[in-house]
Amino acid sequence: MTELTNLGVKAIRDGVADGTFTAREVAEAFNAAVAAASELNAFIVATPDHALAAADAVDAKRAKGEDLGKMGGVPIGMKDLFATKGVQTTAASHILEGFTPEYESTVSQNLWDAGAGMLGKLNLDQFAMGSSNETSYFGNVASPWKKDGTNAAMSPGGSSGGSSSAVAARIAPAATGTDTGGSIRQPAAFTGICGIKPTYGRCSRWGVVAFASSLDQAGPMARSVEDCAIMLEAMAGFDPKDATSLQMDVPAWEAGLDADLKGKKIGIPKEYRMDGTDEEILKSWEQGKEWLHDAGAEIVDVSLPHTKYALPAYYIVAPAEASSNLARYDGVRYGLRDLPDGAGLQDMYAATRAAGFGDEVKRRILIGTYVLSAGFYDAYYTQAQKIRTLVAKDFAQAFGQCDAILAPTTPTASFPLGSLNEDPLTMYLNDVFAVPASLAGLPAMSVPATLNADGLPLGLQIVGKPFDEQGVLDTGLAIQQRAGFDAKPDKWW
Amino acid sequence: MSSYRIQGATGEWEVVIGLEVHAQVTSNAKLFSGAATAFGAEPNTQVSLVDAAMPGMLPVPNRECIRQAVRTGMAIEAEINTYSRFDRKNYFYADLPQGYQISQLYHPIVGEGQLLIEADEKAGIAEDKVIGIERIHVEQDAGKLMHDQHPTMSYVDLNRSGVALMEIVSKPDMRSPAEAGAYVRKLRAILRYVGSCDGNMEEGSMRADVNVSVRKPGEEFGTRTETKNVNSVRFVMQVIEYEANRQVDVIENGGKVDQETRLFDPGTGTTRTMRSKEDAHDYRYFPDPDLLPLELEEDFLAECRASLPELPDAKRRRYENDLGLTPYNARELTAEVETFARFETLLAAAAAKIGKGEAQVATQVANWALSVAPGVMKSLGDEANMANATAEAQAGILAMQDKGEISGGQAKEIYEIVLRDGGEPEKIADEKGLKQVSDTGAIEEAIDAIIAANGDKVEEYRSGKDKLFGFFVGQTMKAMQGKANPAVVNQILKDKLS
Amino acid sequence: MSVTREEVAKIASLARIRMGEEELERMVPELNGILAWVEQLGEVDCSGVEPMTAVIPNTLRLRDDVVDADPKTGGGRRDDVLANAPAAEHGFFGVPKVIE
Repeated sequence: MTELTNLGVKAIRDGVADGTFTAREVAEAFNAAVAAASELNAFIVATPDHALAAADAVDAKRAKGEDLGKMGGVPIGMKDLFATKGVQTTAASHILEGFTPEYESTVSQNLWDAGAGMLGKLNLDQFAMGSSNETSYFGNVASPWKKDGTNAAMSPGGSSGGSSSAVAARIAPAATGTDTGGSIRQPAAFTGICGIKPTYGRCSRWGVVAFASSLDQAGPMARSVEDCAIMLEAMAGFDPKDATSLQMDVPAWEAGLDADLKGKKIGIPKEYRMDGTDEEILKSWEQGKEWLHDAGAEIVDVSLPHTKYALPAYYIVAPAEASSNLARYDGVRYGLRDLPDGAGLQDMYAATRAAGFGDEVKRRILIGTYVLSAGFYDAYYTQAQKIRTLVAKDFAQAFGQCDAILAPTTPTASFPLGSLNEDPLTMYLNDVFAVPASLAGLPAMSVPATLNADGLPLGLQIVGKPFDEQGVLDTGLAIQQRAGFDAKPDKWW
Repeated sequence: MSSYRIQGATGEWEVVIGLEVHAQVTSNAKLFSGAATAFGAEPNTQVSLVDAAMPGMLPVPNRECIRQAVRTGMAIEAEINTYSRFDRKNYFYADLPQGYQISQLYHPIVGEGQLLIEADEKAGIAEDKVIGIERIHVEQDAGKLMHDQHPTMSYVDLNRSGVALMEIVSKPDMRSPAEAGAYVRKLRAILRYVGSCDGNMEEGSMRADVNVSVRKPGEEFGTRTETKNVNSVRFVMQVIEYEANRQVDVIENGGKVDQETRLFDPGTGTTRTMRSKEDAHDYRYFPDPDLLPLELEEDFLAECRASLPELPDAKRRRYENDLGLTPYNARELTAEVETFARFETLLAAAAAKIGKGEAQVATQVANWALSVAPGVMKSLGDEANMANATAEAQAGILAMQDKGEISGGQAKEIYEIVLRDGGEPEKIADEKGLKQVSDTGAIEEAIDAIIAANGDKVEEYRSGKDKLFGFFVGQTMKAMQGKANPAVVNQILKDKLS
Repeated sequence: MSVTREEVAKIASLARIRMGEEELERMVPELNGILAWVEQLGEVDCSGVEPMTAVIPNTLRLRDDVVDADPKTGGGRRDDVLANAPAAEHGFFGVPKVIE
């Protein structure tokens, strides 16, 4: 039954429902695939028992003729940023190593309630800070993809690199991701899968280890647009425990999927033609336009004039929020405590945080601390939040002329692990196309378009109006149908 | 003008005082979580995952806390900001689980207001004075550290962590310990009238950060120190006294006052530098990204306004103007929630029982409430059962007195019995013979006998020695064993002696 | 604006992250690189622009004043709260002794 691992969310759900196979068979197949893929280092902890228990519950329900749920029988990977009750939750940091929450995040609970099970906790960039999955305390995650003719381990993107790697390698049919400045879309693009970040507030942030509160959004990562629609439906929903949660019904995105874009206008933002963007990326963008035109959409030029300022603004806002959000990791109530001999309370904090946080986390905490400190607050933080207003206004204006925006997801394809480490800024530039939608809280998705000359996947990004996940998914589906992307990485792990 | 001055070697110094009062908002649950706020629970039993700042926990504000802050703002005639925000104040301390306190810096919920402190000769406040209030903002309380439970560790109890506080920031308008004391007492009264804080200073529901500086009169403000968490009116006054003198000494000895945080030691009545907070802070305030701006709607504000009770100043004016009470009585009766509540209940009961308007009996009731009744209670001490001190019983006594059935002395005697043993005052008066005689026949009889026996004195009186009237009253009362109604006695004596 | 080694040390202390000399030295150019790059935001004329407060139009929802309505946000779960504590004794969290 090894081919079960080739199935996606919809196929598994429907196959379990119609009795083609049992949920337990599916869980066992994926558990085995996870166990055999340790070289990818996609999982920090595997939880085969969780997957089996959930599968058995679904099989039992089926035997009784009960509703199996939107994700009935689908085992998934859970990014280790979501608190999972009784299962270690680390945010890929040493400071939370061994931390076992007594609570379940809203999003993961929603998934379990929908019949999903958990294969394990997925590796990520530490505290979701990174774009290559090289900042995890638990080691780098390798992409299942290799550059043609080379053997170097490639980056699965970040921060949801465990998620992207696992889904692309078919050791999980789908996985949760979180996106603060591109952390769902960029790894999805690097690994040839789909990932959608919904409108800010669609998915509850309760129980998700916070990176930058005003930007963080959870979303699904899977191999098809349909699978993303199904899983997002299960994840989303109003949560009274999150003051920024949207008090809106979750639309039936799966049922609403429609790849016919007649009457729709797709905007092409001219500012996304940036220096340093790979020729092949630009080519795939052109291809994308043709596909959407073919799907019935009218292609229009739009302008997002403050695009170039989005990334630097993000690198003020996100570290500022992070510096404060990560203050709770102090060695007092949970997680690592480093108490040197004779140390007082403040020494304990400094020692614990020095030992517990990785370099990139420290860097961002320092930047965030600096930009919020007395005398610099207005010049940095207030200015960045004003820029953010301008970026959001750009989008609002563009959406006066179009229904969705098409752009590349990333400026380049994946790169070998360790190749961009000399300068943090080079790494940050990876998210240049992803960050603007994050700053504006808009739904945005990456869909695989093609392979480049090196045999590496390239993604296209769709950005939608607030609350219009349906429009984003529909556009994604139109691309998916025309791109016919069915490339699979060769198994080397 | 206050004339409080510190006499230094170089002349007189004026003290400048500002107070930041932290008042615990009366609410069932905490500001951002559903954990209880009750005082005295076992450690860490009233702590939610949110209050312990577990990873991924988020704050959702409690409507009641917002409502109480708004009502308090309205009570000090302050500007209510329909747009406010929560900001994070970042610092590291073991009582602060999040590593930041959610507070309001840039856009507090309540803007400028004011509070009147009244002239009080005894306390050294020559005239009424209005103290400006800068703002009120809502914020989280911190947890509690205990240092004496373990040789090498401090213990952390987060029960208070996240309890809602109002920080009420005065302007530096006070100039003496007495003014500061009066300000705290008045503020406490207002909070308790409004019901937004129980004002229980022993349990820490109200505590003040006391900002003190000194200057030569007329000069610029000096450098101030802030003494934290002072939890009684007396201590607030002691801190000011001590700090002002200390600062004058420092300056006169050629030193400079450090702008610093200090701690008060009630044992010695002194203050000292707070070592744990000695590094200069940079709190890196910024809007809490977990929370959206707080926008208050008209309905909400209207409900807050409508639910406000009559406040101390208005009540005092009404007592004076409508009830005809003396300024002293009016102030005493309105100073505390319990006092006016008891008074108003008794006033209503007495007016009903007597069958007169409240204004007509108010003075009698006020005198009873402020002096007679407390006197009886005091004399009884532990014997008094306060459960018997019902408005009904007291009104009964006051009604008998009003009708002349009992004398003032009998009223006290009856009340004593009521407090000690219970029972209906009317029955007690009957059974114990604690009634005065208004029966003119019996009194006339007694007076006739006295006039007959004191012919010489009657002559003297009639020839102009008015003072003798008292002698006849005394004799009559004696003959009546003190039970005669003095008004009736007076009337009959006047008739018979003329 | 750029930062000196001393300023980085001060920021690290403010952020309660102990840093050795070598690490500080390494951080200085990295932070300066990032700061120099974000400097470009100064080019944008933001006069009359409000800083963003809510990314998606939404108003702050308030909670009812009810104790322990939802166990996830209520109290009365001391064992859970203390479960991961590096030092917990007699129902308290323990920290190195603090002198106030």
